[in-house]
Amino acid sequence: MLDRRCDSYAQAFAGIGDGARVMVAGFGEAGRPNMLIKALLDSGIKDIDLVSNNAGDGETGLAALFYAGRVRKLTCSFPRGAMRDLALELVTSGRMELEVMPQGTLAERIRAGGCGIPAFYTPTAYGTLAAKGKETRIIDGKGCVLETAITAEIGLVKAHRADRFGNLTFLNLARNFNPLVASAARVTIVEADEIVEIGDIDPHDVHSPGIFTNHLFQTKDVPEDSWQDWRKSA
Amino acid sequence: MTPLTRDGIAARLAQDIQDGWHVNLGIGMPELVANYLPPDREILLHSENGILGMGPYPEEKDIDWTLINAGKKPITTIKGASFFDHAWSFGIVRGGHLELCVLGGYQVAPNGDLANWARDADDPLPSIGGAMDLAAGAQRIFVMMTHNDKAGGFKVVEDCTFPLTGAGIVKRVYTDLCVLDIADGKFVVTDMIDGLTREELQDRTGAKLHFAERLAPLINRAAA
Repeated sequence: MLDRRCDSYAQAFAGIGDGARVMVAGFGEAGRPNMLIKALLDSGIKDIDLVSNNAGDGETGLAALFYAGRVRKLTCSFPRGAMRDLALELVTSGRMELEVMPQGTLAERIRAGGCGIPAFYTPTAYGTLAAKGKETRIIDGKGCVLETAITAEIGLVKAHRADRFGNLTFLNLARNFNPLVASAARVTIVEADEIVEIGDIDPHDVHSPGIFTNHLFQTKDVPEDSWQDWRKSA
Repeated sequence: MTPLTRDGIAARLAQDIQDGWHVNLGIGMPELVANYLPPDREILLHSENGILGMGPYPEEKDIDWTLINAGKKPITTIKGASFFDHAWSFGIVRGGHLELCVLGGYQVAPNGDLANWARDADDPLPSIGGAMDLAAGAQRIFVMMTHNDKAGGFKVVEDCTFPLTGAGIVKRVYTDLCVLDIADGKFVVTDMIDGLTREELQDRTGAKLHFAERLAPLINRAAA
């Protein structure tokens, strides 16, 4: 029987240790797997090699990983936002490495990772600082930059509906990076608002087929004050 | 002489968006253009986070945080809208399917170079977002900005000194003083506000200006 439902974070995060590359989907708060981010924080994993479009906002959710000092490297397109000052301090003090790239390049590198394309040429960023040190080539008269695929040991995904096969649907603009991350992580952990019976999701409506899902959890609210729990054990 | 307001620039730019175009409005000043789209034209707004057919801001009670734009502000959808993931969304951008992208600017040069993401090449926290993809991919780039910076410095310049967002990509520039076409490596003024002489405009510009045979008056359409 193929049942990807899971109720143990220990099982979902098994074999993942310090320094692991973790990819987190979401754009702003839309499609951001906050319950799984909290589980990652609670797991105590350090030196995370984090791939996420943004660095998070406020002091909860993704941002809590930075406050707790768990991120060794951030790969993103836009590290500014509400936690700009913290990100700046982590980078200038040498505690966190930063790799910034255009947003579409980040998305395509993750897509490539999930699809088995090791690298690709893109016109984006040709002739700019973001292409510095990268291999370039003129293709059909157009300057292009070579970009490599990104994969990860763990991917954290937020779905709207899911079935036990791991088929997923996303709501509105909460889709964003989610199907890409689902495909590009060796272990994809999903939280869904609703887990439904097999067949309840029409095949036409599946946004991410179950083959990409490894562990499926039902979303539960994370109490706002629990984001500071790491301070007790720190 | 009264320079256009930000809304005035947006309203002028909106006149040049054609019926049936798919348009991405960059974060910041370009977002204002959405308020002035000619009502008799069907124009689909794209946002990088995965929508074609973005509608106006919702009422407070209708805010849904799964419905946001690239600036992470709440939006609505229009009838006929579509959602897609980030890779596909940037495929739309990079693949040259958008007729227009409107971006803000720090500097624009007559060779079409645009700088709009960093004022310092050594910024420890460089933040690119989607601007470089839009710059590289849209069929045409219009830039919308104040003609001078707050200190009166030039933003329309001979060569960009800030890090580039894209090279040779700008087709037209809309400022609070004039509209500039970029053609054959030259800035050509097509519209100008009343009460400003060509010499005065040139004095406020860091690059050589050429003037169209017929200059249109640049009026504040947002005031109407």
